[in-house]
Amino acid sequence: MIAAVLAELPALPLHTAGKYVAGAYVVLFALVLGYVAIMAVRQSRVERDLAELLEREQASAAAERESARQEASA
Amino acid sequence: MSPARRYFAGGSDTTRSSAGAVRYGAGLRTLSVATIAVMTIALALVFFWAPLEAEQGFLQKIFYVHVPLAITALCGFVLGGIFAIAYLRTRDSRWDMRSYVAIHMSLIFGVATLITGSIWAKGSWGHWWVWNEPTLVSFLIVFLLYATYQPLRFAIEDPERQSRYAAVFAITAGAFVPLNFIAVRASSAYLHPRVLGATSNLPWQMALTFLVSLLGIVLLFTTLCKYELTVKHTRMQLRALRRLAERREDVTAGVAPTSRPRSAAPGVHATAMSANPVHPASGPASAERARRPSS
Repeated sequence: MIAAVLAELPALPLHTAGKYVAGAYVVLFALVLGYVAIMAVRQSRVERDLAELLEREQASAAAERESARQEASA
Repeated sequence: MSPARRYFAGGSDTTRSSAGAVRYGAGLRTLSVATIAVMTIALALVFFWAPLEAEQGFLQKIFYVHVPLAITALCGFVLGGIFAIAYLRTRDSRWDMRSYVAIHMSLIFGVATLITGSIWAKGSWGHWWVWNEPTLVSFLIVFLLYATYQPLRFAIEDPERQSRYAAVFAITAGAFVPLNFIAVRASSAYLHPRVLGATSNLPWQMALTFLVSLLGIVLLFTTLCKYELTVKHTRMQLRALRRLAERREDVTAGVAPTSRPRSAAPGVHATAMSANPVHPASGPASAERARRPSS
């Protein structure tokens, strides 16, 4: 299907200025991809920090529960 | 119950409103799909439908990416100024963050504009850069002017002053952008190829392709801004949450609270304030109040 569509499309005159046009479009997509990659790294850092914080909170809650139980038993 | 615990449980009205009122991620998926669709259509139109230009031939295809990028970047700078006005009027730090993100994204689009423009210049004129071309040089001046925005923010430690000074900068520089554009346009009407306005003589196929490309780039700008706002907002909420947890631990251990890390990113202080009414950088009295348990 894709091959049939591609066969129907007109040929691009890449020999004239193909490298410049390709360069310009590649720059745009490289910048966008680079940006998205940086954002993905930041997002994964947030995820890691959130997991760490949650772990701390759960540990703290468990300690509080334990001390409350000890007080009640005392 | 401690503020951090209330945050996790969703039991505090303050934290719930500060965390729930703003949802930067809403509609991000729809916007992303629309951006991809329009960009794909634009690329198909550029390469397979729009006619070849008589003088430049295939090289002119760069026009459909370079000019929309330049227009979007300049509009983004102006938008940053408008958001800064909204910040100064309302003192709502969300406007400050929007202004920051709009300018940040415009800088990235500005880099893309300069590089694609250089590539076009090399293919068309045989030089990567032409210093006697007013449009190129004026865009570079605007870009370099805005390149000082982030160092300016980073140089100011007090978050309130940082936001205020950055807003003043954004408004002043935002007013400079259209003035610069008009001045260059008036002085060099015959030097740089014009796209919009009375001198435009694009065939309708080229004009339509250009408009679809412009729409695609504008959608890309909006999507990336929304993406960045979402990530920043999440990080700010997380930082505020961490600070609350650390403060609670400090209070339990009887230690003075730690100071806020220095950052050029806006709005961190605002979230911290909304999560806890005591501002971390508002003097020893408030620091003393901050040491007390808030629940």
